[in-house]
Amino acid sequence: MLQLDTCSKSFRVGAFGTKELIAVRDVSFDVRPGEVVSLIGESGSGKSTIGKMILRLLRTTGGAITYEGTDISTLGGRKLKEYYGDVQGVFQDPFSSYNPIFKASRVFTMLRSEYFSGLSSSEWRTKLDKAMEAVSLEPAEVLGQYPHQLSGGQLQRMLIARALLLDIRLLIADEIISMLDASTRIDVLNLLGELKSHGLGILFITHDLSLGNYISDETIILRRGTIVERGATTKVFDNPVHPYTKMLLASVPQLHTRWSDAAEELEGLVAAAGDGAMDGHVEVEARPLVQVEEDHFAANGAGR
Amino acid sequence: MAASQHELEVTPTGTPLTVEAPGSLPPKGEPVAGKRARSEFVYFAFRNWKFVLGLSVVLVFVGLAIFGPMVTDHKPLEFSGPTDQSPSHEYWFGTTSFGQDVFTQFVFALRAAFLVGAVGGGIAWLLGAAIGFTAGYRSGWIDDLLNMLTNVVLVIPTLAILIIVAAYLNVHSYTTEAILIGLTSWPWAARAVRAQTFSLKTRDFVDIARLSGRRTTQIITTEIAPNMSSYLLMMFILLFGGAILIGASLDFLGLGPSTSVSLGLMMNSAYLSSALLLGSWWWFLPPGIGIIGIVGGFYVMNVGLDEIFNPKLREK
Amino acid sequence: MSLSVDDLTVYYQSLRGDVKAVDGATFEIADGEIMGLAGESGCGKSTLGKSLIRFDARMRYVRGGVELDGKELPVWDDARMNPFRFKQVSIIPQYALSALNPTRRIGKMAGELLESRGVHVDTVLPELRRRLKLVGLPQDILERFPIELSGGMKQRVVMVLSSLLDPSLLIADEVTSALDVSTQRAVAELLVEFRDRGFVKSMIVITHDLSVLYQVADSILVMYAGKLAEKASADTIVEDSRHPYTQLLLSSLPEVGVRYAERRLKGIPGRPPSLIDPPIGCRFKARCPFATDQCDEQPPFCPLEPGHDAACWKAA
Repeated sequence: MLQLDTCSKSFRVGAFGTKELIAVRDVSFDVRPGEVVSLIGESGSGKSTIGKMILRLLRTTGGAITYEGTDISTLGGRKLKEYYGDVQGVFQDPFSSYNPIFKASRVFTMLRSEYFSGLSSSEWRTKLDKAMEAVSLEPAEVLGQYPHQLSGGQLQRMLIARALLLDIRLLIADEIISMLDASTRIDVLNLLGELKSHGLGILFITHDLSLGNYISDETIILRRGTIVERGATTKVFDNPVHPYTKMLLASVPQLHTRWSDAAEELEGLVAAAGDGAMDGHVEVEARPLVQVEEDHFAANGAGR
Repeated sequence: MAASQHELEVTPTGTPLTVEAPGSLPPKGEPVAGKRARSEFVYFAFRNWKFVLGLSVVLVFVGLAIFGPMVTDHKPLEFSGPTDQSPSHEYWFGTTSFGQDVFTQFVFALRAAFLVGAVGGGIAWLLGAAIGFTAGYRSGWIDDLLNMLTNVVLVIPTLAILIIVAAYLNVHSYTTEAILIGLTSWPWAARAVRAQTFSLKTRDFVDIARLSGRRTTQIITTEIAPNMSSYLLMMFILLFGGAILIGASLDFLGLGPSTSVSLGLMMNSAYLSSALLLGSWWWFLPPGIGIIGIVGGFYVMNVGLDEIFNPKLREK
Repeated sequence: MSLSVDDLTVYYQSLRGDVKAVDGATFEIADGEIMGLAGESGCGKSTLGKSLIRFDARMRYVRGGVELDGKELPVWDDARMNPFRFKQVSIIPQYALSALNPTRRIGKMAGELLESRGVHVDTVLPELRRRLKLVGLPQDILERFPIELSGGMKQRVVMVLSSLLDPSLLIADEVTSALDVSTQRAVAELLVEFRDRGFVKSMIVITHDLSVLYQVADSILVMYAGKLAEKASADTIVEDSRHPYTQLLLSSLPEVGVRYAERRLKGIPGRPPSLIDPPIGCRFKARCPFATDQCDEQPPFCPLEPGHDAACWKAA
């Protein structure tokens, strides 16, 4: 359904734009219909950039992104609007996603005027109620409120409801629960799982491995803009091959095992993962992925 | 500006903190915060002495400009009476050394001043906003180009250019003068609007608007500009006052239209006729007070508005 | 006993009334103990931490006593707390990373900080350098600007500075929250190392992340809506918690190895209560599956077993 083919993105930074920052380098993967793919990476890994490129909020500087066979960089005007009818996004900060001077329901009315202007009031109302029900929100509670009067969880759900109004096939979820409290996080996550069972494809961008593990079919591990390992979630987590993946897994705080019980010391793992795994601005070259087992690929070896 | 009441705790390197803050959420059933914001403005506005003072002073002059010419029976340039008379029952502000009624001149001059302010300030405001929004939202080469343009116009000594242009063009009406002023005083406004737009552009609600199929101009007018409404208002007020000031300067130098009166022109005539030496204070004092009053009133009003809109500046 | 807190109550003043951020906190920390303070946002954990060092001018001390190493800490008096700050009690504030002045080199900032606390830089400089080296920072760190450092490095610098004078109590407020998972582990382990090396005697680690606390803390204190919910050793909290909130919170945390298809985790429905007008009785009762009429009376925070306190009628 969605395919990324050696995509790259570089930014011009520095005074007069003399320096180049390569945020994403030769990334290729695909998302099949009804599949949940986790894009896992730490800060600076380029995961958000990839999400924005897929949503056409940024342009690729190399490679191509195709949706149902069409290169999305060729879309414009009406075609782009159609694309947005199939692919939508929800972002990390619920309070930044709403214009604070308007009511929260404006995100819906915006959609109505662009996509559903032909519908009568009652038809629209029915549609809206259905979408709100799908995300377990009570319309009376949230419509008519301003964003600062609602909680982060409610706001994120409304954004998911907004995406559902369009009957989308792919949702780009960029760290959508990291700013929510622990007790509401899991509810939104479960909501995503439920939507997936109704056929929605999801690109779940996160830095939190446990979340990725909970909900996704496929996992992609990103490091400084390149893919170091990808494959079926169970395979990548049960049998991590790349040192960086191993280091990430070992660093996740768990609730029943202590770090001190783990086999390798953190320093050893960091060393194996190569220079700049922590605390560095070192650029990493993209290595080709090698198949480890079925549906499991990893880049060749350690850093230097 | 209308700011979210929650602290957005995003830190530079990665995992941000959660933003639920249940203690600060108002009780349910308060749907009309927008209306509350407007009446909140009114509440704070009229409690701010700077705003009230500035507004009052300006309104006094506006009143004079509107009703003054209706009240007087003289014409501004008519040689109607005895020369160099101090204020009297018949000539409220006295007469000039040509026998013209100063009060009549004054109130007509006020009209001219407000015209210049409105047209000049208005043009500058439109230009500044349009260029600022486009440069801030678009970035890339458009931004670079507009930036260059802004910088060039900014750096040119506007008054000098205006003097030269006015001298050559032999300006005949205040509207023309106002247009010239408007065309040269927009750069700082464009810069400020650009900076604000830049920062607003990075907010996610702009992305959401894009994902909803909105076009660029729509996004600027419906998402970004409303967020800056208080700033745009203050900008207009400053440009209005500024235009009046520049207009008065030009007129004082004798470069404005001479077919009618303006505050600057009055001062020019007074100066040229040695009113100061002759002690005809009634001639040069009113226009001077007029200029200072209007422009100063606007500026003070603006300071007050800044405090009203920005709760952090309010005196506790 | 190293730290003893008795009925500490701290409110914030707001336009709509007092926000009862911390209501009656009573607990103890032994010498050399690392206590984790956990809870979701708005529960008061940050306020509790800051109130021990009186770090925030907006806080209003209401009642309660704090004793450190047998001596009373005057947490109600800003001026009297001054000699204790940085020397006996120190804090790594929540936004330390973004609080580093970008125009100052690290060394200069450190010098200014120390001088403001009445410590001569020269006397502590060798020790400062030694500790910076110990935590794995490069030799020239003092000459660098904050922008050249990564989040983890900045966090380590701040940690070293805060503990430079070997305080009895170090309060670490959300020090791991803004970091990547690998740096998070390194910084968390560094906290333990500080205690092991004797740089600090006891520590309070404030975070919303229970799993990090399980890794590094000896004991965990869980707060909810301004009140203490449960306190026990880290193992007991994770394996044998008694307060329904703790239990529900633990069961809502996804872990590596738990998948949606196999085991559906559940959240806690509802939202925490308003702290301006909290409900009478147990503040969790609206969301608690075990609530009964008895919960209309506030359960006391008392020991269920030695070393395990909870505030719940059901747990007793």
